[in-house]
Amino acid sequence: MTDQPQLRVVLAKLGLDGHDRGIKVVARILRDAGMEVIYLGLRQTTASIVAAAEQEDADAIGLSMHNAGHMTLAPAMVAAIDEAELDTPVIVGGIVPEQDIQPLLDAGVAAVLGPGASAEEVAQTIRDAVANAD
Amino acid sequence: MSEPQSSEHQGSGPDYDAWREQYDAAKLRDTPFETMSGVVVDPVYGEGPYPGQYPYTRGVYPSMYRSRLWTMRMFAGFGTAEDTNARFKDILANGGTGLSTAFDMPTLMGRDSDSPWALGEVGRAGVAVDTLADMEDLFADIDLSAVSTSMTINGPAAIILAMYVAVAEKKGIAPDALAGTIQNDIFKEYQAQKEYIYPPRPSVRVVTDMIQYTTGEMPRFHPVSISGYHIREAGSTAAEELAFTLANGFAYVEAAVAAGVDVDEFAGRLSFFFNSHSDFFEEIGKFRAARRIWAKWMKERYGATQERSMLCRFHTQTAGVSLTAQQPEINIARVAIQALAGALGGTQSLHTDSFDEALALPTEKAARIALRTQQIVAHETGVTNVADPLGGSPYVEWMTDEMERQAEEIFAHLDELGDGSILEGVYMGIENGYFVGEIADSAYRFEREVNNGNRIIVGVNEFTDGDDSDKELLRIEAEVEEYQRKRLADVKLARNDDDVARTLAAVTASANDPNANLMPPILDAVKAYATLEEVVMAMESVFGTYVEKAII
Amino acid sequence: MAKAKRSIPELYEAARGGERRALGRLLTLVERGGPDADAVSELAHADSDGAHIVGITGAPGAGKSTLVGQLVTDLVEAGAKPAVLAVDPSSPLTGGAILGDRIRMDDIAEHGPAPGTQRPSTFIRSMATRGHSGGLALAVPLAVRLFDACGYDPVIVETVGVGQVEVDVVGAADTAVVVMTPGMGDAVQANKAGLLEVADVFVINKADRPGANDVRRDLDLMLDLSHMTGQESEHGYRPPIVMASALKGEGNVEVWKTVEDHRAHLRATGQETIRRQNRIRTEVRARLAQAMSNAAEAAMDGEGAAQLHRAETAEISPNEATNELLRQLLRES
Repeated sequence: MTDQPQLRVVLAKLGLDGHDRGIKVVARILRDAGMEVIYLGLRQTTASIVAAAEQEDADAIGLSMHNAGHMTLAPAMVAAIDEAELDTPVIVGGIVPEQDIQPLLDAGVAAVLGPGASAEEVAQTIRDAVANAD
Repeated sequence: MSEPQSSEHQGSGPDYDAWREQYDAAKLRDTPFETMSGVVVDPVYGEGPYPGQYPYTRGVYPSMYRSRLWTMRMFAGFGTAEDTNARFKDILANGGTGLSTAFDMPTLMGRDSDSPWALGEVGRAGVAVDTLADMEDLFADIDLSAVSTSMTINGPAAIILAMYVAVAEKKGIAPDALAGTIQNDIFKEYQAQKEYIYPPRPSVRVVTDMIQYTTGEMPRFHPVSISGYHIREAGSTAAEELAFTLANGFAYVEAAVAAGVDVDEFAGRLSFFFNSHSDFFEEIGKFRAARRIWAKWMKERYGATQERSMLCRFHTQTAGVSLTAQQPEINIARVAIQALAGALGGTQSLHTDSFDEALALPTEKAARIALRTQQIVAHETGVTNVADPLGGSPYVEWMTDEMERQAEEIFAHLDELGDGSILEGVYMGIENGYFVGEIADSAYRFEREVNNGNRIIVGVNEFTDGDDSDKELLRIEAEVEEYQRKRLADVKLARNDDDVARTLAAVTASANDPNANLMPPILDAVKAYATLEEVVMAMESVFGTYVEKAII
Repeated sequence: MAKAKRSIPELYEAARGGERRALGRLLTLVERGGPDADAVSELAHADSDGAHIVGITGAPGAGKSTLVGQLVTDLVEAGAKPAVLAVDPSSPLTGGAILGDRIRMDDIAEHGPAPGTQRPSTFIRSMATRGHSGGLALAVPLAVRLFDACGYDPVIVETVGVGQVEVDVVGAADTAVVVMTPGMGDAVQANKAGLLEVADVFVINKADRPGANDVRRDLDLMLDLSHMTGQESEHGYRPPIVMASALKGEGNVEVWKTVEDHRAHLRATGQETIRRQNRIRTEVRARLAQAMSNAAEAAMDGEGAAQLHRAETAEISPNEATNELLRQLLRES
């Protein structure tokens, strides 16, 4: 255990998409990397995720998207975070085609994790996103 | 060079003679059953029980693919109902007889296209159906008595089935002339796919209502396709896929019998849907074990007497989860191997995934390559000449036994959980997180193995050079969403609101009466152009909703 | 992007004014301990107002979170402003944790709250035990005090009743609720874990399951036999047993009524004051132990290193080294 404060990460599925294999694996990866994961599960809204981020003082928000809805939903999440005057970075994982990555970053998403990212990459991406947001 | 020999009498004994008699009576495809080099081969080798004989380990039919190849069923559904209708007509014009429908996420969850939940998801992963009007567009100018329609939907399945019946009725076709399958497997939603609406018990009541309704009115329709596919995709092992799926099947049987339907009246119309993953012999063992277990349980535990009640007939799809976003072209090889496992495992129909599916919906070219892949397996490899060609291999027989052994352990656990009822055991396993817990554990173990390099995934953690190709992807434009919302608004404007309110109230009343069958009032409601979500809500007000409580 | 960091008093004022983001931040400071936590505690101490503190515990899977979700819904409807502190264990290996209680507390039907709506009057905070430096025993009283100072009442503390610390945390509440389920030998397990001694209210959840009445009978029997609470003889109070089915939303109203009855009983008998005094005593003891422990660690690293080295090289005995260090410590303070 290090002296660094423990990272608290909110993980959620935004919208109707029910593919939760990936996000559950990520939850365990982050736990095993020493983070505290607040798992919100399926069918969350931008409002419910913002509420959790506020109450849990989240250092980062991880969204998992498998339904091609990311171009609508991820920017909506970023907008909701801004509106709540939070500066919590949003990391998107799941199925995101390469050509969508830059537009998502432009829309304020902190990082995009593709399928096949290793456990170390996942944990490091979160740490970097938090470090950049501070 | 000696003449190629035909060894027409490989077997002997009463099993063989009985099989031979059935085989000789079967109608065969008009093609020579010999190798590429001209060697004539037997329809089956090895020991009995032979294909078509209890417990059907070696296949459900005596002549297997010599009579009929598996159905090459490919999934279609995107954008608006008209878009999909055009794709359907294309399939029919090219000699296809099976239509397979994918719905978009809001439809799968019982939400209309104008729901705030639907934002960004209308028409993306399938076709959007809000009202009967969309269903009319979807099947416009198609003779529903001449096709077999497969509809992949679960939570709101009763409403979609009612819409299908209503469309047919408008075309003057009676329900008993309709053939097809509706997935309607709600148990695996709680376990894996997570597209549920109501809590398990009322949901199963709707399923049994549908079994009853189709038993009476739609004898050519399969009311449930018990699906392990999604359980595997969610991360289970092969044995868990096998066991959870068959246990769900037993649970539906128990539920329908408890509702007063005779087991032999409906069990023959249950069908199955399995995943074919990359571990070749494990998959083949799984398929063989599935047939044996189902036959034994149906006969011994549930007292089925008709042969068709004991047959585990299944559709297979290659493992979407095995497809990699890295070097996507190599997925073609994965799909080919998985398709071959399905054929050697004796599947009745097969969907081969497109190589680009790890990234988005398949492009037309990728979908065509996928179809060509199974055509190669069917027509070039010769594996269709001999039923269960791997039967008798010590390894394959051992693997089959091993799959069965692991599955039986899980059945014993569920039986104990349910105090002698698999149905209650499945309910308990859903409620206490058993299924999702086991699946998540297996998924995590797999990921760790990939991560620490103990399991090689080509292109992901080894052999990673060469991921440089242009990735051409299918995109669904956002206009679909706008179009569909407008369409829905128009329908709502044109309908008779009093009829809608009256028929919805009748749905709620039937939901409140455990002895009523929900199908007739749902039919009335969809005919009045009540929307999918309105009908869902009419039941939800009685049934409540479900949120997964289990920890990961 | 980063906004200017606000001072603790600024955050505190904002939190008292209803800003959830500020309260979330302060709770993190409280959780981390140290001087910042002490500063928050000082501020909150002045404003805390005697909120009803309810501890809820039980074995994993007993349905605690679902029950809490139901209670919170009812409380909000009745116009109250409840807060929940949901404590889950950390992984002893990595210190990480998966905190999943929020899911089960989501009282909003089905798919979570509909887009565009939220519940402003509840505050749910997940806390990991972190299993080190007695963190939980220190952090929970501070977090509760902070909720209280920000106007939340009641404050519900939920723990998994497996470890001694968790049991102590719940035992320190005004009203301790122990949740059990049929079919898991729960009454016996609870007895072993020491839960029966702290319980003021028993809830038998999943009461529609077979075996619910057996659990009730076992409990009744244990209550008959034991002097474990001592309450019955001393104060005429016997912990009531409530049957509930949280998943179906049955029994939650009665559970809360029983909790309130218990509070009324505490007040009528003067027990409330005694409990609160005990709670303060427990907190002071925990803080003192922590302070001593910190001092001891510092001493071993600092001036005491020489003594420690002498013990390590067997020049003096461990006992002599300890006594010498202790003398140094007491001289310093």
